[in-house]
Amino acid sequence: MIKRAHGFPGGVHPDYHKELTAGRALEVPPLFERYVVPVAQHIGAPAKVAVEKGAQVFKGTVIAEAAGFVSVPMHSPTSGKVKAVKNLPHPWGPNMLAVEIVADGDDTPDPALPRLDHEAASAEELRDFIRQAGIVGMGGAAFPTHVKLSPPREKPIDVLVLNGAECEPYLTADHRLMVEMPEKVIAGAGVLAKILNVKRICIGVEDNKPDALAALEKAAAGHDNMDVYSLHVTYPQGAEKQLIYAILGREVPAGGLPMDVGVVVQNVGTAAAVWDAVAGGMPLIERITTVTGRGIRQPGNLVLRIGTLVEDVVGWRGGMTNDTIKVINGGPMMGMAMSSLDVPVLKGSSGLLFLERDEVEQYHHYPCIRCGRCVDICPMKLMPCIISYYTENELFDEVESLNVTDCIECGSCAYVCPSSRILVHHMKMGKAEVIARRRKRAVS
Amino acid sequence: MLEAILTLSGLAILASFGLGLAARFFAVKVDPRVEKIEEVLPGANCGGCGAAGCSDFAKGVVEGKYAANACPVGGPSCAAKIAEILGEEVRTAEPHVAVVLCAGDEEQCGNRFDYNGIYDCKAAHLIQGGFKACTYGCLGLGSCARVCPFDAIIMTEKRLAVINRDKCVGCGKCVPVCPRHLITLVPISRKTHILCSSHDPGADVRKKCKVGCIACKKCEKTVNGEGITVSDYLAVMDYSQDLDGFALETVCPTHTIQRVDSPVPQESEKTA
Repeated sequence: MIKRAHGFPGGVHPDYHKELTAGRALEVPPLFERYVVPVAQHIGAPAKVAVEKGAQVFKGTVIAEAAGFVSVPMHSPTSGKVKAVKNLPHPWGPNMLAVEIVADGDDTPDPALPRLDHEAASAEELRDFIRQAGIVGMGGAAFPTHVKLSPPREKPIDVLVLNGAECEPYLTADHRLMVEMPEKVIAGAGVLAKILNVKRICIGVEDNKPDALAALEKAAAGHDNMDVYSLHVTYPQGAEKQLIYAILGREVPAGGLPMDVGVVVQNVGTAAAVWDAVAGGMPLIERITTVTGRGIRQPGNLVLRIGTLVEDVVGWRGGMTNDTIKVINGGPMMGMAMSSLDVPVLKGSSGLLFLERDEVEQYHHYPCIRCGRCVDICPMKLMPCIISYYTENELFDEVESLNVTDCIECGSCAYVCPSSRILVHHMKMGKAEVIARRRKRAVS
Repeated sequence: MLEAILTLSGLAILASFGLGLAARFFAVKVDPRVEKIEEVLPGANCGGCGAAGCSDFAKGVVEGKYAANACPVGGPSCAAKIAEILGEEVRTAEPHVAVVLCAGDEEQCGNRFDYNGIYDCKAAHLIQGGFKACTYGCLGLGSCARVCPFDAIIMTEKRLAVINRDKCVGCGKCVPVCPRHLITLVPISRKTHILCSSHDPGADVRKKCKVGCIACKKCEKTVNGEGITVSDYLAVMDYSQDLDGFALETVCPTHTIQRVDSPVPQESEKTA
């Protein structure tokens, strides 16, 4: 039975525009000629390149090793030759070290891929396998999954929450995954629960996806420990702390992590990737990406290899309209605009959004009128207007005392601001400065 | 009448005794040298020496925490006076000035995208690594100019930070502010600079900037490898050697090496 969840304080209701792609089934593009796999596409240390120019690689071959605990390896998306290992354009901005692969068209899987008997394997072995498969959070932040699956002993975990909220406007990648492959999500959740040794699994899905809710309910029917929750649509419900509050009513303390309240949250996409890895043996080399917006001629939900160039995707989807002036990696609220199409799809690329001229506004920002709307809607219960004031005047001690580091940069404050203030940018700068100061203090 | 006069005079005498005693027993002993040093210091409280203002520095010098010539603003004359007060021998360091190692203004180096965020270099650098085509060059939003206590940094109309060598005292306050680490302190006698900090390969630099270093190594050859080293696609000057005699500005094909002679750059107006 589908259960109803409580919701969370704050949040906004932007235009969702999900109708562009919600009804479109997953599509797999043909093999492209060139793939670029950057070594930095997750939170943590960039991977260390393990192949040389000219090397023969296969689908799934390790091309970069994890560097440290909070890091994951990278794998070749297809078979072919390494054309170059050098700094190449990256969606995050400056050029970064990447492995460029020219496909040979055969798409031969690596014969030396590690295998695992997932039913007999211990939790340790499973966790290690997930790490070797290069799996990171597929919701967009790309945090290495094995780190989340290794909570310290003093923090017992009792609930695993699967995040299928997909509250970001435009994106429908998780939606299509839940509709078309619910059994994969459920099976992956079972593996994650085994590693964490938890009894209860909650799956949260916003109620604008009734087909996904129905599919998941059907797939989870045989499992007593799984509950599917229908959530009232509010942005940013897919943020993990908001989702935990909405489903379980537990509040993560300021500066804390979900494990402080005994919860681990994983995206439904991550659960499916985990199942693909442990059952199929193939490491994380592809993901579902929503290609959408009025600016692209044929929007859709695509199964893209990690490292596919955005320009190849655009070419395959019939090109952009003449009025397209902004391309965003991710969704409109939290995504980052890109300055070039010569960049690859990353492990965290949940969407590519193409916006036309009349949809993009260059705001002029005005002084704060102290209306307090941002304080009302901030899902983290911060005071964005005050923090923005202090950041503007470089009073970073005050910024720190207002818990700026709890900001999840969801963009709700800037969305409601009647003065069109660049609140998220202020928060971002405040965060960067406060973190730099803390690091300095720790050193001295 | 007499009673009143006596009472008040008596009180006055008592109070003066009290004050006299207090001055004697509760006096805060200040090293007279601290006061003297404070008098000769410039009093800008810039913090360039590392102390929290001039009086803190004066105290520190007497305690031996700072050298007599550590005040970058006062220069050699101030150092000599401080040394005299302390009874030390005069050791003067060559004064330094700041230099911005980038010559790529808007005309030389374009932008990758429109930026509409906070008017501050650090904030701009957070967004996609900055809006400028070159990810190493000066963003030109004037964060350095705003922290300069001597008004010595000029933002040109074409968005480039340039140092006024007449006003700059080498306090170094601008150095940590630049998110791209372009500002460095050099001895004031050095006038030839390699005005680029880009580690991009030559072909990439050519596409982005007209005055960027393409690592052709011509300058390195001219000085016979002493004083300039080219590594990671960038020529870097060793300022401990005087290279002004080599006329390197005529050697550099991209005009990255420039001779900065005039104190104030010409045809520039203050905008920030």
